[in-house]
Amino acid sequence: MKKKWIISGLVAIVAIFAWLLFGGLQKNVVFFLTPKELLAKGAEGDGVPVRLGGQVKPGSTKWDANTLDLRFTVTDGSGDIPVKSTGAPPQMFRDGMGVVVEGKYQHGLFQATNLMVKHSNEYRAPKPGEEAHEKYKTLIQQSSK
Amino acid sequence: MTGTIAHNALLVSVVVVALGVILTPVAIRTERREWLQLVYGAIYTNFLLVTIATFSMVYALVTHDFSISYVANVGSRSTPLLFTIISLWGALEGSILFWGWVLAMYSAAVVWLHHRRPGNLVPYAAMTLLAVSAFFGILLVGPADPFLPVFPVPADGPGPNTLLQNHYLMAVHPPLLYLGYVGMSVPFAFAIGAILSNEATSNEWAVLSRRWMLASWGFLSAAIIAGMWWSYEVLGWGGYWAWDPVENASFLPWLTATAYLHSVMVQERRNMLRLWTLNLCVATFVLTILGTFLTRSGILSSVHAFTTGAIGYYFLGFIALVLAATLVLVAGHSDRIRTHGSLGGAASRETVFLLNNLFLTAVMLTVLVGTLYPLIAEAIRGVKVSVGEPFFNMMAIPAMVALLFLMGVGPALPWGSTTWEDTRRRLVPPSIGALVMGVIGVVSGARGVYAILAFAFVGFAAVGNLREYWIGMRARRNAHGESWPVAFVRLMRGNRRRYGGYVAHIGVLFVALGVTASATFRTEREATITPGQTLTVSGRTVRLKGVWGREEPQRSVIGATLEVIDANGRVSGILEPRMNYYRVSDQPVPTPDVRSSIKGDLYANLMAFDPNGANATVKLIVEPLVPWIWFGGLIVVIGAVIGMFHGRRREPVAVPSRAPVVSAPPIPRASEPEVVTASS
Repeated sequence: MKKKWIISGLVAIVAIFAWLLFGGLQKNVVFFLTPKELLAKGAEGDGVPVRLGGQVKPGSTKWDANTLDLRFTVTDGSGDIPVKSTGAPPQMFRDGMGVVVEGKYQHGLFQATNLMVKHSNEYRAPKPGEEAHEKYKTLIQQSSK
Repeated sequence: MTGTIAHNALLVSVVVVALGVILTPVAIRTERREWLQLVYGAIYTNFLLVTIATFSMVYALVTHDFSISYVANVGSRSTPLLFTIISLWGALEGSILFWGWVLAMYSAAVVWLHHRRPGNLVPYAAMTLLAVSAFFGILLVGPADPFLPVFPVPADGPGPNTLLQNHYLMAVHPPLLYLGYVGMSVPFAFAIGAILSNEATSNEWAVLSRRWMLASWGFLSAAIIAGMWWSYEVLGWGGYWAWDPVENASFLPWLTATAYLHSVMVQERRNMLRLWTLNLCVATFVLTILGTFLTRSGILSSVHAFTTGAIGYYFLGFIALVLAATLVLVAGHSDRIRTHGSLGGAASRETVFLLNNLFLTAVMLTVLVGTLYPLIAEAIRGVKVSVGEPFFNMMAIPAMVALLFLMGVGPALPWGSTTWEDTRRRLVPPSIGALVMGVIGVVSGARGVYAILAFAFVGFAAVGNLREYWIGMRARRNAHGESWPVAFVRLMRGNRRRYGGYVAHIGVLFVALGVTASATFRTEREATITPGQTLTVSGRTVRLKGVWGREEPQRSVIGATLEVIDANGRVSGILEPRMNYYRVSDQPVPTPDVRSSIKGDLYANLMAFDPNGANATVKLIVEPLVPWIWFGGLIVVIGAVIGMFHGRRREPVAVPSRAPVVSAPPIPRASEPEVVTASS
């Protein structure tokens, strides 16, 4: 008799736990979409937290160092979405590179809460002229004096 | 040349290991026990061969032998020596080689220490370890071969992943993780050995495996803390935990191992939970393999995932094999393994241990589901999703807060059963601790329910655990007139497992306090400032002195010098966050700078700068009590070490002048904690 109670108690605990777990999962799953897929969702995609993945559209980046206001466009070739973020762009941020931004799309603007740069393991050496010791020559020379 | 020797050593090791696996059951079935010496010989030979391969790799790395594929992939002539050596575990093939070496070392140690033990437990455990070695051996001569010849031989290589050559903790975190992860194969081997040798019905295998689990648990705890520290010191976002899949991969086996370390006490003491404890051993091992799969197969995109390739299928196949084999074994023997002990009263230490296991398992399942869900969703429904941090926080934090509470209840309650009246009396002092810490939390500005509860339960558990020392020391003083320090040392020596456990508890409380405080009271600001301008966060002020650049052999470094200004307007220190541009990568790696004190950290990261040094964009974060996390990790490890080196259950050799222990009833004896608490 006692055993029966213990077993039904355990079953109840497991059931409640599973219900909490999958309920929590449903609420916290964030979809990963490309600009095209997000635009295709129309009003359904408005105000829902998503991860938007694509490339930084060349020439679209605007950063104001004083207000820390960062704007750029994420593109996948067939769809463009303007993104607004706050804070300095990651140092590796540049035109054409892969990014993932987390946030919400509202009224034609994607408000990013988190900006991640795709860190490829197949990293490339910087192009000639793009090397740090070239780009920041003045800074390095000033300091070595 | 080096490559050929090493590759052949690995090939031979696979053959030796396979022969050892086959030979074990033959030797036992045909009762030719002298053949078991050959099995043990296979373990030592494997250790020798994998050692040759591993040191060949280190030699090849140090001598920049780019004719070997792994060296060509991760080596570079401009990388400093330390980072050249540790690039042994900086990429896929080398890390699998290192795995295999650590496993061979553990296997040899197990045989070395236990080969004299009669019975079939150790032979079957050795066989299990050999079987796991065989899997890693096959990876090393197949899909993860680090010794492939390269032709034509390149003059130089790209160097290790830049993120992995930026901080000395890369020399610390991975070896600790491997020692923890791989060590968990040993309790698993003992579990399988116990079933196969029909010794699962006795508790002896648990006694053997427990010490190995405790050692591995200590290493894994240290590795997790070191990983958090690395993330904090290198990634530049000022955090140490993000429920990232690779963090979860290290956390999962830690949770089941922690559950095991508690349930095994119930097994020994109350003759309960034997099947459950055995399953925890198996689960812990499977989770380490799953973790290796997640982090090494390239299925996740992260700094740990090196490549995409066939290796993932090998891991999945191995996991399936282990699960199927254990399922068959356990199901076939479950009637004999199952225990029929019973719970004492509802208010007893074993009840608390049961709840502890329930919550630890719940946290494990939560983390497991949250980690695997994106993979499953993509495989089945073809959608790319991620499970956000809120899921983990919402599900795991309540359970972890409950575990803090239980940590204070458990030590206070006796085994067996007690009355509710007695329970209430025992919980009064911890409750006072809870009240004090809860009030401190609220006064400091904590408003969230779980934050306040976490503060309160840290106080609760701190008093609950410290009081055990106090009671034991007082009893020794009264019985023997020992001074406080002598009483402390002798108390610890008398029952290292128990008091080592409480030390680990205290360490966990430091970690919990550091995490709660830094998560609750963290403040940050980011701004662009010119030289001479200041930036203030939570009353901490820094002033930009200047931006500078520096050339180093493997990288260019740009840094900002920030003067920390104290309340009197004086310069009290310097912070120099930097940005490192490695020659081989167009992606720079930051080095934040942290100023630590007992109250917490002032954390500065250089976000952007003007190429001419006219300004710098700096992120400044004030994070209270973060150093307590690292300190707590150290205490946890000390607790594990104390608990590991316990002798048999007896008092230490008595100093001649001391009265015989048995004649003094109130002395806390290892086997009767009830006596102590009842006498208080």
